This record gives sequence, structure tokens and C-alpha cells, in this order.
Amino acid sequence: MIHLAPGDPTELIGSEDPTTIQSLEQVRKLYGLDQPLPVQYWNWLKRVVLLDFGRSFQPDGRPVIDKIAERLPVTLLLNLIEMVIILLIAIPIGVRSATHQYSTFDKVTTLFVFIGFATPDFWLAVLLQILFGSQFGWPISGLRHPMWEYLPFWRQQWDFISHLILPVTVATFGGLAGFSRYMRQSMLEVIRQDYIQSARAKGLDERTVIGKHALRNALLPIVTILGLSLPGLIGGSVIVETIFAIPGMGQLMVQSVFARDYPVIMGNLVIVAALTLGANLVADLTYSAIDPRIRVSRRGRR
Amino acid sequence: MSLRVSLGRLGVLAVLVALGAGCTVDPESAAEPAPLVASTKPAYGDTYIDALLGDISSLIPTITSDGASHTVGGLIYSGLVRFDKNLVPEGDLAESWTFSPDCRRLTFRLRPNLTWHDGQPFTADDVVFTWRTIIDPKTPSPYKADYASVESVDAEGPGVVHVNYREPYAKALTSWSTYMLPRHLLEPYVQEGRIREAPQNWSAPVGTGPYRFVSRRAGERIVLTANADYWEGRPHLSRVVYRVIPSQATTFLELKAKGVDSAALTALQYQRQTDYPAFKRAYTKFRYPSNAYTYFGFNLKDPRFADRRVRQAFAHAINKRELIDGVILGLGREATGPYKPGTWAYTDKVKTYPYDMDRARRLLAEAGWERNADGRLVKDGKPFTFEIVTNQGNDERKKIAEIIQSQLHELGVGVEIRIIEWAALLKEYIRKRRFEAIVLGWGTGIDPDQFVIWHSSQQAPEQMNHIGYANPEADAALERGRAACVREERVKHYHRLQEILAEDQPIVFLYFRDALPVVSSRIHGIDPGPNGITFNFTKWFVPRPLHRYTAG
Amino acid sequence: MRGFWRAFSRNKLAIGGGLVVACLFAVAATAPWLAPWDPNRPDVKKILEPPSRQHWLGTDQIGRDVLSRLLYGSRISLAVGFVSVGIATAIGILLGATAGYHGGWMDGLIMRLVDLMLVFPRFFLLLAVLAFLTPSIWTIMAVIGLTGWMGVARLVRAEFLTLKEREFVLWSQSIGASAVRIIWRHILPNAMGPILVAMTLGIPAAILTESGLSFLGLGVRPPYATWGNILNEGRDAIELAWWQSLYPGLAILITVLSYNLLGEGIRDALDPRLRQSVGRFGARGR
Repeated sequence: MIHLAPGDPTELIGSEDPTTIQSLEQVRKLYGLDQPLPVQYWNWLKRVVLLDFGRSFQPDGRPVIDKIAERLPVTLLLNLIEMVIILLIAIPIGVRSATHQYSTFDKVTTLFVFIGFATPDFWLAVLLQILFGSQFGWPISGLRHPMWEYLPFWRQQWDFISHLILPVTVATFGGLAGFSRYMRQSMLEVIRQDYIQSARAKGLDERTVIGKHALRNALLPIVTILGLSLPGLIGGSVIVETIFAIPGMGQLMVQSVFARDYPVIMGNLVIVAALTLGANLVADLTYSAIDPRIRVSRRGRR
Repeated sequence: MSLRVSLGRLGVLAVLVALGAGCTVDPESAAEPAPLVASTKPAYGDTYIDALLGDISSLIPTITSDGASHTVGGLIYSGLVRFDKNLVPEGDLAESWTFSPDCRRLTFRLRPNLTWHDGQPFTADDVVFTWRTIIDPKTPSPYKADYASVESVDAEGPGVVHVNYREPYAKALTSWSTYMLPRHLLEPYVQEGRIREAPQNWSAPVGTGPYRFVSRRAGERIVLTANADYWEGRPHLSRVVYRVIPSQATTFLELKAKGVDSAALTALQYQRQTDYPAFKRAYTKFRYPSNAYTYFGFNLKDPRFADRRVRQAFAHAINKRELIDGVILGLGREATGPYKPGTWAYTDKVKTYPYDMDRARRLLAEAGWERNADGRLVKDGKPFTFEIVTNQGNDERKKIAEIIQSQLHELGVGVEIRIIEWAALLKEYIRKRRFEAIVLGWGTGIDPDQFVIWHSSQQAPEQMNHIGYANPEADAALERGRAACVREERVKHYHRLQEILAEDQPIVFLYFRDALPVVSSRIHGIDPGPNGITFNFTKWFVPRPLHRYTAG
Repeated sequence: MRGFWRAFSRNKLAIGGGLVVACLFAVAATAPWLAPWDPNRPDVKKILEPPSRQHWLGTDQIGRDVLSRLLYGSRISLAVGFVSVGIATAIGILLGATAGYHGGWMDGLIMRLVDLMLVFPRFFLLLAVLAFLTPSIWTIMAVIGLTGWMGVARLVRAEFLTLKEREFVLWSQSIGASAVRIIWRHILPNAMGPILVAMTLGIPAAILTESGLSFLGLGVRPPYATWGNILNEGRDAIELAWWQSLYPGLAILITVLSYNLLGEGIRDALDPRLRQSVGRFGARGR
């Protein structure tokens, strides 16, 4: 696969300084790029299973898995925070728009949803960076203050959180729109169901009906959607991490593409896919945990 | 990425420290006056925060050419010689050096009692080891060519090193500014061809330079601390933090928010965004010609460009002044050849090509290109159209291509532009000679030897004369300039080379852009000169009342 | 069909979206006449001029007219949207139809492929593929198309599963019509509605994706004026020349918004139940 590319990665090591290009042939041999293509591919496949993606083409030559490992926690953390925030905001919004269908609140949130969908995240990121970073003095880029190591413990925590505010805002913006929309839809469908009507007829107060019976059932599809939308969320890290100079997997991916660092590109792709699979699994388990029907049938099987 | 990094830093910090590049000060605006402060007594302490456009790729810069690695490495490591404010070589780890009368033997006398950061003594054996490491075929070093004519390197006791050359080599002394590597730590890795895997390359570099490595967070920062045992004495700034910020736009925002103490400005930032009082109080701006020029090159194997008159016509048709004004807002100077104005090999007594469309048209007409009814140039029924390729990620070159496109359009020449990532550009276009015209740049080192760029023998795919230039007179000048061992004699050959190149215009030399660094005004002791600003970094200090970061 | 129009015409937002989309088409088609300046002609005497009577939306860093570049940029954006969605739809129909009609192991194989593709975050996949290709406007379109067909494939397959048991299909089979003919003449026309909706919602996603890639410097390369490129170039000067960043961003926002409104309108008018299957998160394309 590597040879389909118009650029051998070794060339990136050279710059325009006249002293550099000459040693490229040596470097190529060193990396094993002179081997036949199928051999290269088979060797790669064998090693992927063991999470051995080889070594980066960069002069540091570190194992790809190390490079990914040090960047994985940041991306994971960012995405977890984003997911939590999205749920915390989207669920109430969705429920309220559904229970107050066609109200002003519903219309405003619908508008917000469409605009949220349509706003290019990189554009929003740059605008926020200028507005809040440059004008109001919020952290502009990175994850920590330059002297972070010398701050007292609580200042450290606050400093870290404050660095996350803008990136998380940008990353949640689009997802928030989608989820609140979906929550509204799901809630609307549930409310129309017979058992909700009968619960109301029984004289249960509205709060219990919505909060206990309707919400629970409306949340079920949300869990699935959460699993499905995770690739999109992680994909968004590419833009956010690049603009806010956050050393996560998205930034690593972009840099590796520029550098034609194929082992890192492939390793990144495999790990990200594994993440998505894992998240889907978690979503499935959660689903069965909160879905009464599944639980009942399981009990029945026993 | 690596290109963007190395270019962004070129002439600012990286290459200066590492390769010892040369810069002259623009007399008009060398340094805007630093604000006067009550106390200017050198003091120890404070932290200096610098920005890197990309993460370092290696902590042993000998095996990489990326600018960030050399910026950081330049403070951790040191070489046998270095270059002072005026680009004159001076002893670093070597106390003195002598050439044999035939210039084929170079002897270094090392300073006594030098130590590595881990306390081990630095000796002549380390020098021999460094040389062996670089020329070892298993070491992926881009600097091997510098040592191609070295016959042997011998230690004589712990304090003397003899370097023997097969033939006189003009760049001999310059090449020994290379970073010395610790034999006691790296030898097993080098022997096994695993130097990249040594811990010194990632998390524990050991050098002889003014700063010690403390820690790094990948993609985020690198922290260095002053080396109290540095042979020149402890550097004043206690700590250096490099922040990785992969965008000049973001770096500038950080600069204004005081998140970094220094940055390389773009022309636009320098000219239009930094002239308000608060910025001037907080920062000192510097400006000096960088040691790299940008050119518009041709594939000389293409019959259209093989005709010198066509190249000369293009040189006349391109308004260099307008280009400099448009692309870098006037912050650069026209190039007449491959040497920077002000350096010792430079001469301005060469043929120049003022903007003159009539001359351009006449030259093209002489070469057989006639204007047809539509105003387009035609020869043998074929219109004159070609493609300029340049690399992605460099806004300046993109703009140059766009402006040249519009300027040549007036001549009736059709130009297409293609922008390709660096790796693809090199392999698919440059190496295979599959380009018609290019907009790229060359770095000019301290030594004027440019054999590898212009000599007709250097045209193999891997080599750097990719435009296919061949002129026996230029060959002769290059050969003689390289083998001559006295500067006065070399000057003659390089002046001759510049005359030939100016007449031939194998490429249209466009401009040397200015380096535009800014540094926080609380930093004192900066002494700008032909060698830029960072050559005396260890002398920079912050007067005690101005200390911003007290830690350490 | 009449029911569709009645429902659609009641949806004012969708009509608004449709009108804007129509305008965009008109603008793209007539850009050479509308544009007051040559979008690629630099003028170094007019670097970063603010909006004025001469240059309604100001000039960029080498003195080109931002309005003209935006107008020409609409052509690239629309072309990228259409071609890449066309590719995605073609692949989606082909694979979805094969899976749905054929069933059995073929169905299993194709659906596993779909699952596999969906495991990769699209932006990562795009970047990885782009790293292996020579950049050009065609590769960008192709790659966006090649990574976006899974939704259509699922949709078409689902339609086929329900349609294939209907009488007209069974009857055609009984008189010996070929599979291709049955698919082409009977099943596809009936599945056209959801496909159309998926396409309408796929175009804004493709436009966002392209502009995101261009912003990173990995999309359509200059000197093509695309909205993403203009934004990319404007980033360095954003505090100095807000017009170079604000307008292309707004252009993207409005375009994507209009397509989404139009797409949702068509979907709701066709059959509200389609909400279940089409375009849940289709519109963002990450």
C-alpha cells in the first residue's frame, strides 16, 4: 500500500538544505521499504493483531503504539467530557421541546439545532479563539499553562479545565444539536404511546409520567444513537485538536498525513476503529441494562 | 510538516544555533530600541518561553534536519566551533585549531575539564566517536556529505584531535560545529544501528551545552534548565520552555496573551498588527535578512526553457519589487544570485534584470515566440503554456506562484499552478524531473560552497541539481572555489560564479526574505548582528525586578 | 405525488431552503458574469482592503476580490457536493440493491463491509486515504464519495427487502424478466424517495467535509478558490481582515442550512416515518 503513494515517507526527512537529500537511499533501506510489497503487507497484518504497528518514520523512530498511547488519554478524555455534556444538555432540551411541542422554546431550539448542524466547526473554533482567547484572556491553545508543574494542586486542576472549555464547546456544538433533536423525536413518539396515555388516565401526576415512564423509554434509542455517533465525535477531534494545539490522536493523524508517516497513520486508524467498536459494545450493554424488556426476557431464560 | 517547520524557523533560531547560518543586520531597522528599564544588571533566574511550530522529531539532532529539533538541540549540545556575532568562527568545545599548510590536516585542541551533563568527562574520544557515528552507514544522518572527504580522525591523548582530509575542503572547519555525541552512552546503539532507539534520542539526552534536558510532553512542551557546569558559566535564564503550537496564527494570539515570550512573525503581523503601543512596550521586534532565498526555477531539459533568452525574458517580466511588496509586504531584498547580500562571497557586480516588459517581449521574439491575434505567445503553432509546481503549506510560495501567473499572463504566457505536499512534490516531480517550472527555496549555509546545487555532475535523481544546469565555466568556478584554501582566492571564484549565473538565469532569483523575530522586552542582553539574535542566548537575562516566573 | 406537494408546500422552512439552494445554483452557473473581478488576479496595491464600493466584501492578502472568489467558490462547493454524493449514491445503490435482491451470503458479505466501514470515523478514514493519493479536486470528490456510501446502501437494501415480495416484482419474476431489469424498472423507481432524501442530506455533509479538509490544507488545492481555502488563507489575518473569514464561513453555514432544511422538508413530505431511517446524523459528515 505504501508504494501507491506519490511520496516515499523517507523524503520528508530531507529538507531543502543541500546537505540532506543524499542519505535518503540509506534511510529507505533502514526502514525496510526495499522489501517486496506483499511481504511488507503481510508482515504488517501479522503485527497489527499484536498491536505492533512498527516504528514511526520520523527521526525519533519510536514504536507507533507508544506514540498513540501517549495521545490516546487526551482524546478519550475530551470525547468523554463532550459526551457527558451533550447528554446533560440535550436530554432536558429534547424532553422540554417534546412536551411543549410548537412552543417558543421548541421553535428556538429547533432553529438552534439547524444552525448547530450547519456551522463549520473549524470556523466556530477560530472565531471563539479570537473572541474569548484574545479578547477575554481565556487560554488560547494547549492543555496546560507553561509553568503548570509549579502551580499548586488546585490551580493545576483549574488551569487544565480552563484549557478545555473552548475545545469542548466547539466539539459539543454540533453533537448537541443532533442529540436534542433526536431526544425530542424519541420523546414525542413515546408520549403518543398507549401506556403513557393510560398512566395519565390513572391520574399519575405529569411529572411522574414524563420523568419516570416516558423518559426511560425515550432514552433507549438514545443509547444506541450515542454508540453510533461516537465515530463522528472522535472524527471531530481532528479539527478541534488541530486548531487548539491539543496533543491528541486527531492532531497526530493530521501531522502524520502531512509527514507521510504511514505506520502512524495506519496504527491510528486501527486504534480509532477499535475505540468505536468498544464504544458500541458499551452502548449495547447499557441498552440491555436499562431496557426492561431485555431484562425480563433474560430472567425468563433463567 | 517538517518543511513548514524548518522554513518557519529558518533564520530565526533553529538554523542559527545549529548550522551557524549567517545574517546581516538591516541598517534601517536592525532592532527597534528596547525600552529603557531602571535595572539592566545581569541577573540569574526567570523562565523563557518559546514557541515551536512543530514537535521535535529527535533529541539527537545529528539524525534529523527539522528546525524544531535543531532549535532545542542547539541548547543541549555543542560543537567544537561556533560562530560569533559577525559569523567569525570561534572555539566552543575546542580551545583552538590549526590547519596544516596544505590545508589537509586540521588539529583541534579541546578545552580542559569539560564534562557531559551526567558528569562524565568530555574527551577527544567523543569527537572521534561523533565522526564515526555520522559516517556510519547504519546512522540515518543527513550530514554525511560534510565528511565525505575526511580520511581519518585521530585522538592524540584526551585533549587533541587531528582530522585528515584527502584533499583541501573549504567547509572543513564549518562542519565541526556539529553537535558532539557522548560515546559512553551511545556507542552500543550506534554499533547496532539503533541510534534512534537510544533513550538519549527520546527522553534523556546528554550533551555538553548550556542547558540540560528536564522533561517533555509529546506534542505539548519541552523543558530545559540551566547547566551550572557549562564551560562558559551558568546561563542567566534559569529555565527554557518550548511550547509546541503548530500554527503561526495561534502563536501570535499566544504572544499577545503573553503565553509565549518569543515568536517568528509573518510579514503581515510585523507590518500591520504589531505597531500599537502596548505591543511595543511588551516586545522588541527584530528584522534581518534570513539565510534562504526563494526562486522561480525551470526544467532546463525542456527545450523552451533551455533557451537562455526565454529565461532572461521571464526575469525581465517578473516585477520583483511588486512580488516582494505583495508577498512579504516589502520585508525582504531582491536576490541577484545565490548569495546573501553582505556575506563575503557576495558581489552585486552582476547583470541585473529590471522590470521591463518591452525587453521581455523582444527577447521572446528573438527566441521565436510570436504574439498571435488573441495576444498569446505562439511558436510553431503551439501556445506557450506551462505549469508551476510548489509545495503545500507555504503561503508565501503559493502567493508567488499566483502573482507570477498574473505577471506572465501579460506577456501572453499561460501558467497553471499545482500545489503538492512536500513528500509527493519531491518524489513525483522533482526527482523524476517531471516539472516544467517550480517555485522553491534554497538555504544558504555559512560557507559559499554550492557545488551540489550547480555542478553539472550533480544531476542524478537523488542529487540536487534537479533543474539540470550544466555550464563548464560554472563547473570550473565551483571546483576551484571548493578546493581553494585561502579566502581571498575563493572570493574570486565565487564572484565569477555569480556573474555566470546572473547571465544564464538558470533560475530567476527572487528574494531573500527577512527573518522577523520578536522577543519579550523584559529579556535583556540581545545583541543583534549578522548572525541573527540567538548566537549569544546564554548571555540573555531578565533584570531582577522584571522576573515574571519565579519558579526555579 | 399531489400529497407530497401539499405537505411540502406547507413547510415554509423547507421552501426557504429550496429557494436558497436554487439561488446557489443560479449563482454558480452565472459566476463569471456576476463576479465583478477576476477571482485569481492579484493586485498588490490593494492588499487586505476592507469592504468598499469597489470591493463589496473586501480583498484578500494578495489583493484579490473576496466576493468574486466566493462566487467562484460556490461552483467548487456545489461540484464537490454533487459529484461526491453522486459517487456515494451510485455505490450505495449498486451494493444495496445487490445485497437486498440477492440476499444470502452476498447480503451478509456486503452488510459486513458496511459495518466495517462504519467503524472508522469518517474524517480519520478520509485523511488516511488522502495520504496515499496525489491531491487534486477529483481525488477529493472521489474519496468523499467512497467513504460516504454506507447509509445509502443500507437504505436501498431495506427498501428492496420490503419491495421484493410485492406483487409486481413477483409477477415480473414469474414472466422471466432479468434481475437487472426488475431492479432497474420496478424496484429502483419505488425506492427513489428515500434515496433522494439521503442525497439531499448528503450534499451538505460533503460540502462541510470538503471545507474542513481544505481548511486543514488537505482538501482542494489553491489556486482554486473554495470556501474552505479562503477561510484557510484568511486565518492568518483574521483580526486584521475579518471579511476574509466571516463571509466564507457564512456562505458555508447558509448553504448547509438550506440543504438540510430542504432535505428534511422533502423527507417529512414524502413520509414522516422515514425519519427513522434516513439522515439521522447524516448532515455533519464527520
